[in-house]
Amino acid sequence: MKTGSLEAARLVAVRDLRLAFRKPSQLIQPLMFFLIVATLFPLTLTPEMSRLRDAAPGVLWVGALLSSLLALEFLFRDDAVDGTLEQFALSGQSLTWMLFAKTCTHWLLTGLPLALSAPVAALMLGVPAGSMGGVVASLALGSFALSLLGAIGAGITLGARRGGVLLSLLTLPLAVPILIFGARATELAIGGGDIAPPMYLLGAIAVLGLTLAPLAAAAAVRIGLE
Amino acid sequence: MATWTWFHRLGSPPHVFAFARRWTPWFGGFAAVTMVIALYGGLVLAPADYQQKDAFRMVYVHAPTAWLSLMIYTTMAVAAAVGLIWRMKVAHAAAAACAPIGAWFTVAALGTGMLWGKPMWGAYWVWDPRLTAELVLLFLYLGYMGLRAGIEDPGKADKASAVLAVVGVVNVPIIKFSVDWWNSLHQTATVMQMGKPKMDGDMLWPLLLMFVAFALYFVAILLIRLRAELLRRERNASWIREVLA
Repeated sequence: MKTGSLEAARLVAVRDLRLAFRKPSQLIQPLMFFLIVATLFPLTLTPEMSRLRDAAPGVLWVGALLSSLLALEFLFRDDAVDGTLEQFALSGQSLTWMLFAKTCTHWLLTGLPLALSAPVAALMLGVPAGSMGGVVASLALGSFALSLLGAIGAGITLGARRGGVLLSLLTLPLAVPILIFGARATELAIGGGDIAPPMYLLGAIAVLGLTLAPLAAAAAVRIGLE
Repeated sequence: MATWTWFHRLGSPPHVFAFARRWTPWFGGFAAVTMVIALYGGLVLAPADYQQKDAFRMVYVHAPTAWLSLMIYTTMAVAAAVGLIWRMKVAHAAAAACAPIGAWFTVAALGTGMLWGKPMWGAYWVWDPRLTAELVLLFLYLGYMGLRAGIEDPGKADKASAVLAVVGVVNVPIIKFSVDWWNSLHQTATVMQMGKPKMDGDMLWPLLLMFVAFALYFVAILLIRLRAELLRRERNASWIREVLA
């Protein structure tokens, strides 16, 4: 009996989760990086809480973006080096679905923990405790969109030397709309405003990424494997 | 299928090489002639703006370079898509030839914009949607060229960068309509709009002619770069020896 695409995707997700928990240091690194970036701003900008609070959306989002770029390195590279991706491509299963599962798992392991740990960084930046819900929600949705977008970049740079720097150069310009609407949502959440409008736009970007990014990533990975 | 032969012939490097060599002087010549006429029209014949005085004349360089920065990206993406879909090597070569020209046009648009912004807005740079989007376009061009340079296998570099070019197309409408969607310092579209342009005829014709001149110039440079690209890629092919003999 042939295994269905969804079943294959589920198996890939389970495999990635199991592998990740065997090597927890890889998960903790981007989180540590995010928190370190957030601590650097009070040291360099000003220790004054009111000014830090104004800068908080920017600090949180730049930190989240940089740490998600750091984490993207691990999305396909290890599996490309040891030949797993090649086996995926040859398996006769839909590569799109398998990469989609990998991307979602990647977000579960990096983006979601980042969003959940954001209140720690936000508290250090003087963000009131009452607005944490909006901060976490905007970062969770935004980091999901970033993961989907990053999957394309990670796929494209598979064949390149010095993939890391290139990956940032390719992903950052395309990530600008996510950054703008995400930071806007966080800013509104901190200021006590209605975060729905930027969240809808962020959601629209995520849905667009959800439908198109896995296809583009699969095409890019196939090219990288040739 | 006689109607399709022109398309199939575009896939043949010797044919395209000969075509580029024949037409480069024509495009370059017409570009020079139209540019001189448009410059005279724009700098001498056109009246000064009632508000911006003579500073408005920056538009004759700024607007055409900005239009072309977007048009070249679109051309590059279309060439890349053609290369991906029909596996045409010449199309990939054309896309590769477009990127540096487009990047320079973007730099020119940003640079002239900054020079124009200083007297009009009082600052070389403001974080305005149109300016930011144009800067992002420059990064896209740089990323595209960086990716090409970063992948050693030419076939792989062609295809991977083609995927990037196609994905990056989402940025083009964002730049084009950014001034209409967001309140911005940058003026809204005055020429490319439905109905009559909001610009006086004496000011308008040099601008349109300048656009034609820059477009012709782009094609001329593209053909030269395409020839260089084809020579490099096909250096082991026998037709090169015949052509250069």
